[in-house]
Order: sequence, then C-alpha cells, then structure tokens
Amino acid sequence: MSYMNSVPRAWRERVTKYRLIGGRCKKCGKVFYPYRGSCPRCGSDDVERIELPKRGRVKYFTVVRSAPAEFKRYEPYVVALVELENGAIVPAQLTDVDADEVYEGMEVEGVLRRYREQGEDGIIEYGVKFRPVVGGGGEQ
Amino acid sequence: MGKVLLAGVGATPIGEHWEKSLRDLMVDASLNALRDAGVEKKNVDAIFVGNMSSGYLQGQEHLGSLLATWLGIPGVAAHKVEAACASGGAAVHDAFMAVKSGLYDCVLAVGVEKMTDASTDQLTSALIMADDQEYTAFAGFSFVALNALVYRAYMDKYGAKQEDIALFAVHDHEHAVHNPLAQYRRAVTLDAVLSSPLVADPLHLLECAPTGDGAAALLLCSEEKAKELGLKPEVEVAASALATDVLSLHDRDDLTTLNATLRAAERAYKIARVEPKNVDVAEVHDAFTVLGVIHLEDLGFAKKGEGWKLVKEGEIEAGGKIPVNMMGGLKARGHPVGATGVYEVYDAALQLLGRAGKNQVEGAEVALAQNVGGVGGTVAVTILRRVR
Amino acid sequence: MNGIASIIGYGAYLPRYRIKAAEIARVYGRNPSSTPIKEKTVPGLDEDSLTHAYEAALNALRRAEIDPSEIEVVFVGSESPPYAVKPSATIIAEALGITPKLYAVDMEFACRAGTTALLSAVGLVHAGLARYGLAIGTDTAQGRPGDALEYTAAAGAAAFIVSKPRSDAVATIEAAYSYVTDTPDFWRREGQRFPRHGARFTGEPAYFAHIIGAAKGLMEETGLKPSDFRYVVFHQPNVKFPTRVAKRLGFTKEQLERGLLSGIIGNTYAAASPIGLVNVLDAAEPGDRILIVSFGSGAGSDAISLVVEDGITERRPKAPLLSSYIERSKEIDYALYLRFRGFICR
Ligand SMILES: [Zn+2]
Repeated sequence: MSYMNSVPRAWRERVTKYRLIGGRCKKCGKVFYPYRGSCPRCGSDDVERIELPKRGRVKYFTVVRSAPAEFKRYEPYVVALVELENGAIVPAQLTDVDADEVYEGMEVEGVLRRYREQGEDGIIEYGVKFRPVVGGGGEQ
Repeated sequence: MGKVLLAGVGATPIGEHWEKSLRDLMVDASLNALRDAGVEKKNVDAIFVGNMSSGYLQGQEHLGSLLATWLGIPGVAAHKVEAACASGGAAVHDAFMAVKSGLYDCVLAVGVEKMTDASTDQLTSALIMADDQEYTAFAGFSFVALNALVYRAYMDKYGAKQEDIALFAVHDHEHAVHNPLAQYRRAVTLDAVLSSPLVADPLHLLECAPTGDGAAALLLCSEEKAKELGLKPEVEVAASALATDVLSLHDRDDLTTLNATLRAAERAYKIARVEPKNVDVAEVHDAFTVLGVIHLEDLGFAKKGEGWKLVKEGEIEAGGKIPVNMMGGLKARGHPVGATGVYEVYDAALQLLGRAGKNQVEGAEVALAQNVGGVGGTVAVTILRRVR
Repeated sequence: MNGIASIIGYGAYLPRYRIKAAEIARVYGRNPSSTPIKEKTVPGLDEDSLTHAYEAALNALRRAEIDPSEIEVVFVGSESPPYAVKPSATIIAEALGITPKLYAVDMEFACRAGTTALLSAVGLVHAGLARYGLAIGTDTAQGRPGDALEYTAAAGAAAFIVSKPRSDAVATIEAAYSYVTDTPDFWRREGQRFPRHGARFTGEPAYFAHIIGAAKGLMEETGLKPSDFRYVVFHQPNVKFPTRVAKRLGFTKEQLERGLLSGIIGNTYAAASPIGLVNVLDAAEPGDRILIVSFGSGAGSDAISLVVEDGITERRPKAPLLSSYIERSKEIDYALYLRFRGFICR
C-alpha cells in the first residue's frame, strides 16, 4: 500500500509522534493529541500548540490478538488510551509489559519505540509507546 | 415536497461468495431491487453506491461508473459514497436527498462489500482505516480493539456485566435462523459466545460481526414517478438523517455514548414526526455486542446504562417493547461493511411489507435503521413508514 | 576547575528481558555450569540500538537539567545501528528536541565507539566549538546462534552530556589517552548479518595489549598510579578479561567490582564500559577519581581519567539509577529469545 510506504507521510509527522505535540484549547481548556487548529470538544479555533508530558495513567486498554498486517509480528500486544498528567488522552501501545500485568490506572511513562516498518528495506517509523514507570527518580 | 417511496428492495445472500466478484454482487442486488419494484432499468436516473474498501481490497475505485456499465445503463448519474461502515447508510441518505429535492425521480441506493478477496490481516488493516490512520492505526489499534475500549468503559461506568451484554449475539443468531440471506443461520448459546476466543479483550470472537460478501439495493421513487410507472409502493422513506462526531475515541469525553447517533436520531425523528415509542421495529448496528446495547440507549429505546436490560428481559424480541434486529443483525445476518446500511433498511422494509416470515413483527407501521461508521464517527438513521 | 571538560548529565538504559547463559548452553548441549557470564540482556521486539540510545540520553538530559536545544553536538557510537546508511543521531536528536544547529554523526569502532563518541564531544566542547555535547554508546549486539559470542552479546546504552569544566557537574575529565593499532580480532564484513572473531586471538594481542597500552599511557603521562583511583572500569566482554587485566595493571577487586556488570547483563559492546561508568557514578562521592578504559576490536582503547564533582549529589536522583534497570528483568527462554531477535522466519 502506498500510504504504508510513504516516506514524506512519515517524515511530516515525525515531530508530533516523537515528542507528542498536542493542543490546548484556550476557551474550554481541553488538552488533546495530536495538535490541530480547532478544539475537538468546543470547536474553538483559539488553540495553542504544546508538547505533552510523557507521564500518565492507563485509562482503558485492550489486548490485540488479531493484528493489522503491519503489526502481526508483535501479536499479542497491548494498546491503550493513556491519560497524561495534564489530562490529554493519547492512543498508544504499551510496551515492556505482559498483558496480564496491565490494569486501569497503571502509572506509565513514554519511551521511543518502533511502531511500523515500511518493509524490510524501507524506513522505520518510531513513536512514543508507554511502559510501567522505571525507578523512582526522573521528574521531567 | 412529496413522499420518497421505497419502490423495491433487493439483496444477495451474505457469505463467502468465492465465485462472485464485487461487480457481480452489486449488479445482482440492483437487478433484484428493480425486479422487486417491477421497474425497467432504463427508468433509473441516479445511482449511489455505498462501499468502504474496494480501493484497498480490490484495487478498484470509481464504482458508480463501474456499476452503471455492468448494469447496462451508462449515462446515469452515479458515484460511490464512502463513510466507512456507514457507507451504505450514507448512500441511502444521498438517494433520499436526491429524490426529496426533486432533482432525480428514480434512484438506486446500493451497498456492496467484497471482503473475502483479502486475508484476515489485510482485512484488519482495511477496517482500521475507518479510524485515524495517522494516530490510531499507527499505534497498532485494530478496529475491534477500539470497540473493546468502549466495552471496558461501558462496563466500568454502568456496572453492566458481560454475560448480559453478550446476550445480544445470542438474540441475533436466534433470528438469523429464519433469514434466508443470513450468513450464520444457526443459534448459539451464551456459553458458546463467552467461551469463543478473545479477539481484543474483553471482546470474544462471537461478540463481533463476521466478515462476508454481500450487496443490497433499494429503489427510491418520487410520488409522480411511481404514478407514471403505475407503481403502488407500500412503504415510504419517512426520514433519513446523517451526523458525525469526532473521528476517534481519544477526542471524546464519554466513550459510552455515540453523539452521532443522538444527533442523527434527533433529526430523523423530527423529519419523520415520530418518537422512539412510535417505532415498531428497529435495525441497529451491532458490529459488537456492546455497541448494540449502547445504540438501544442512544436511539431513545432505553435509559442510559440500561440498554442491556432490554436485551436480558426479552424486550427486543417480537412482542417486546422494541423488537430489534429481527433478521439477525450484523452479528448473524452478516456485516459486509459498506453494504450493511442498505441491508438494514432492506430488513426493516421486509417488516413493513409483511415479508419477514417467521421473524415478522405483526402490524409494524414504523421501522428504524441505524448504521454506524467507524466507532461512531458517522451515523446514518433511516425511518420507514407504511404508506397510509 | 582543572580539566578538559565536565560531564553534567549521565544516564543508561537496559532492556527488560534476560536470558540465562545456562539456557543457551542447554540448547547447544554444552556445560551449563561453565559459561562466561550468568545472564545477559535481550532487547524487546520494538527496540533497537537507537531506542536504547534515546532513553539513555533522556536520563542524561534529566540530570543535566538543560534545555535540549542548547546541545550542539550529538555523537552516537554503535556497531548495531538500525540503518546501515542513515544516521541514528538525527532521529535521536529530533526526538529529544535538540536544535537543528547541530553537529551530529554516528560512529563505529566496535565496542570502543561509546568512549570515542565521548572523547569527540569533549574535544569540540573543549575547543569552544560547541556549548554542550551529547555522546552515546549503544548496542543491541548479535551473536550467530550457536557461536561462543551468543552467550554474551547483549544490549544496552549509556549517554553523557558534556560541558566546559564546572564544579556543579557530575565529574570532570582530567586526562585521556587513546591507543590504536591494526589488529583484526573481530569484524563484520559489509552485508554480513553476524560478526566473526579470531577466538583466542581476541585476547592477548587485542584486548589485553590495547587496554594495557592505553591505561599505562595515561598513567605515565599524568603521573597517576592505580592507587590514585577509587574506581576502575574496563571493557567487559565477559567477567574473566576485565578481572585479569585489572590484576595485571595493579588494580584491586574493590576498585573493579562496582563497574563490572557483564556477569549479570552481558557484553553491551559500545555501551559496556560506559554502563560500568554509569554504575560507578551512581555510587561515587565528590573527589573520587575514576579510570575507564574501553576496548574496541580492530583495535583500540580509550583511557579516560575523571574526578567526581560536587554536583553529583544533586544530579544523581534526577533519573533512575542503573540498578532500577537491572532489577527490572524478565527471564525468557531460548525460543522466545530467537523470536525477539528476529531469528524465526515467518
Ligand atoms: Zn475547547
């Protein structure tokens, strides 16, 4: 599929995906991911671009046991809606954790990992996944 | 403005049509609808083809001209309509608008999907295109996974139990037994549903609509055209409404209600001048058991958080408060995604035409069909009424 | 501050998974009680040397407490980059928010690339060509299934952020001495998936000659002697080599043990001696002197002498200690190991 093997598509999204660039609505306060020019809750165009915190909690999760073709090699894996410290909700994979260890409310932190690969000889698409917090330190 | 009349309905059986192509299916369904109406194809002046994934699954787009060509009526206005799994409902909506506006008099609304040309993992890739490719699909979500999150949210919020919600699948299968077009004409037990393999926890395989091939078609006519052709349709399309919501779950404040259903239903009820209590039979888009339950609430048949009670207490059976999915629903009739919205209207029409056989709801006057695209990014609601 | 440059942030990363050497021995019918190490780290399915490097660098940034955009140099030393052509450094820099006003490049010198990256960053900062430099050693090393290397080839990363000498730093580099000859003890030809090695040739003429050459060279130039150092860290392809070279150079077990981790994490190649240094910094006190000597096949060694600064006490708790990563471990069997390393064709 051409969309899967598009270098410009992946390139254009890199900063948003590597650093979690989201938006904050100045009218209703909603914080969201990814950034766009209008608020998904109230429709206001008064939105600022922010880098989202990479810590949060698992809000809802599920285990993908029948994956799309490009994720087949990771099966089974956990995907979740992660609620970040500032309330933004990010759809992401969890990593470094077994499915039976995950629970709603689990504290997680963002790490850079591989998501998709454009075939064996194509580019690798990296992005933020979340995993259980390591160690005690590390305020950002 | 005059009534929009439902002059004829047609469909193919849903299943694994190894010997039939995408175009065969939509041609068959269209001819069935024309035959049902007793209308010659040369009278058709517009076609709307609802389809989700022909570009990905068949490498084929431009279905409007393709169908016109293979039906042998090139020249008509025709194009494809896409709104993920609500493509069929959107095609019906466009056909309704076309006739209602007076621009066209005799219109085919067709829904088609040919899913078995692809492998399971390719299909999984195709279906997640209903959500945000760049953020949701990128993260490895399958479409089932998104609905699994809705399931968790619903059980968390309302304390509903899976064994009550999963009854929806049992209900659908029971009714598909008597539907000659259904993909799975056999009953299943709750035990079988809950012991089937997990696809995306907590969703079991038998709580998810199957994949299959199929096409359905409706012939919509203006009152003048019906008179001209000497037709006496018994059913009118009283309303068709369509609404959207933010595409993805992570943008929503509440996962347990589909805002697009609320909006589309409100409009449709208003246009048809009916209320939920006037609906005699409904077809809801239960691609997953929990979605069926949520739709009962969002369409106004149950209080929020109590949709599962209707199912458990037998209120969605014939003779109940609101008979639902009497021909097997998405779960057992089948869910050829882009065709489903048209199948739903087809099944609703059978009830008003008194052609539902053993699944007939006696005396049905008003029927509703709700078709959902993605996880509620689009919802189309159609209301049919017997012509008085 | 006397010195060439300071380290103001340091950090490491180890993947979650472990395989016991005895498990590998079991599969190949060898004696499970005479393996070169106890267990080694294994990267997860979605990891590579670049993602390892990112997290080590993030930990270093947390301790450095600087705006990432002030970093003007990124060097990534690795022999297992995800791309043969296309730098890892650019992706890491972009992900960390490091400015495009940037001198970034990948480096390869087998297991020596981590310290080489560090010294290269030190050189640019010392020369005043960059304000801050980030140097990373990272690897997800591969041994051919069944090869002796397979027992030890492990994964991990360590990163350091370098500034002009300052007392609120973690440590200050006071001297460095590099020792390089053409010695083909281990190599991987272009297009080959696995490296080859010279078996016993990797010992005396390679590992020992270069480490001893660099360490002695540094001590001769600076006038320092083994007893001047509180800690010593050597490249650690196993446990035996660093233990033996420490003894031959006159260092004690006490000086060596804090920085010797190969027995429980394996040989992390370009990250091996840097991770040893990280574990030392996790325990060191202001004023402690540390000697680190890397070794990379081909062959060369960098010897670096550092003195711990007052800033360490405040900076250390700002990121997880290496012990957090060591404790975070999940044992896998050989079959799962093969799957994780991509050795099972599907
Ligand atoms: Zn807002």
